[in-house]
Amino acid sequence: MAELQPVALTVNGRAQSLVLDTRTSLLDLLREHLGLTGSKKGCDHGQCGACTVLLDGRRANACLVLAVAADGGDVVTVEGLEHPLQDAFVERDAFQCGYCTPGQLCSAVGLLEEANRGGEEIDDAYVRERMSGNICRCGAYPNIVAAIGDVAP
Amino acid sequence: MDPFVYSRASTVDDALAASGATFLGGGTNLVDLVRLGVATPDRLVDVSRLNAEIEETGDGGLRIGAGVRNNDLAFDRRVRERWPALSQALLAGASGQLRNLATTGGNLLQRTRCSYFQDVTKPCNKRDAGSGCPAREGDHHNLAILGWSEHCVATHPSDMAVALAAFDAVVHTSRRSLPVAELHRLPADDPSRDTVLGPGELIVAVELPPLELARRSLYRKVRERASFAFALVSVAAAYDGSDVRIALGGVAHRPWRAATAEQAIRDGASFRVAAEAELAQARPLRDNTYKVALATNTIVRVLEELS
Repeated sequence: MAELQPVALTVNGRAQSLVLDTRTSLLDLLREHLGLTGSKKGCDHGQCGACTVLLDGRRANACLVLAVAADGGDVVTVEGLEHPLQDAFVERDAFQCGYCTPGQLCSAVGLLEEANRGGEEIDDAYVRERMSGNICRCGAYPNIVAAIGDVAP
Repeated sequence: MDPFVYSRASTVDDALAASGATFLGGGTNLVDLVRLGVATPDRLVDVSRLNAEIEETGDGGLRIGAGVRNNDLAFDRRVRERWPALSQALLAGASGQLRNLATTGGNLLQRTRCSYFQDVTKPCNKRDAGSGCPAREGDHHNLAILGWSEHCVATHPSDMAVALAAFDAVVHTSRRSLPVAELHRLPADDPSRDTVLGPGELIVAVELPPLELARRSLYRKVRERASFAFALVSVAAAYDGSDVRIALGGVAHRPWRAATAEQAIRDGASFRVAAEAELAQARPLRDNTYKVALATNTIVRVLEELS
């Protein structure tokens, strides 16, 4: 029998309270229970990065976080993202099919936060290395790197 | 996926009171294993918010709480200055978003990525004791060359643990303290046990003792693509022209402290002779003989860079 437990968290600035099967991932909470389908389920194993969201200000794979473990957390998905990076992605044509883009955007915002936390300088090699958790099957990588470079300090 | 009860421990005592529970850290490996059916916990106790501090020990060492996230440890200025290879090892592991979740304790206790272990439709002595080890004759190009047994040829996947093993780090559990290099077992006739920890034993911290030598240290990871892949071979080393520390990753069921090579270098051997002496113990499998040369050359290269 399913184990149900309450989960309260903030998603894109709005407080949410749900009662969920403990097996529910944060990704399924977002997609199936809140209808926020921007975050994508690519591999569901933490390997593709399409589910990347900001959890308490840091990028995280929503598919590997249990919803109950995110209780009390503050989640930002692509639907709640407001960042110059989004314009840079459009300017640089940093996508083709767009499936990985929500994860790429949240991950890149997280990369900027980490560079700041780690006191690291951002160049193209740094972006390629630190964005390796986000796969783009269309191969839009050069333009993604350029877009992130446009907004990097 | 079978149902499980989830609770969040507010103290270590709280976590230890839940008998029969499985401890949950960042979940980056465990949640995946539950989804794959490899792990079937009845009860998860979330310990990821416990012991989240990095503290000076007063003698130049650091005490790293088990709940410290991999990125936070990698970015710590003290780690970068005093044990740079540890920071490099952490940043060579996984991806940015996984490192924000993964904890120090969980990183040590992650399971092998051997494809047979992760596939419940295949036999595996580690997952299902006595069912056999198809990896010995099957896909083992990235598995062990050192310390394996007929029952298991898996490797331990952690990068962090390799650097910790090189630097004589100590694990503090709820019951005892022991060197990181002695935490993980060789598979012998019981590959189901990755470590020497007992049921319900919780890692609370990892202590880095002061090691002046470690200020000159490097971590080099060789893999099949430039980033976000497990090591074929990795080397953590510190060298000051006389004293040396070396540990290898990707070659055994545990981080492999290269004591033979270290002693040879202290006795005046060349890097190559020392590395070859270490790898003389290797017993490569059909498709991973390349790892012997790769490990030898990587040891030599890292020591040359440190010279």
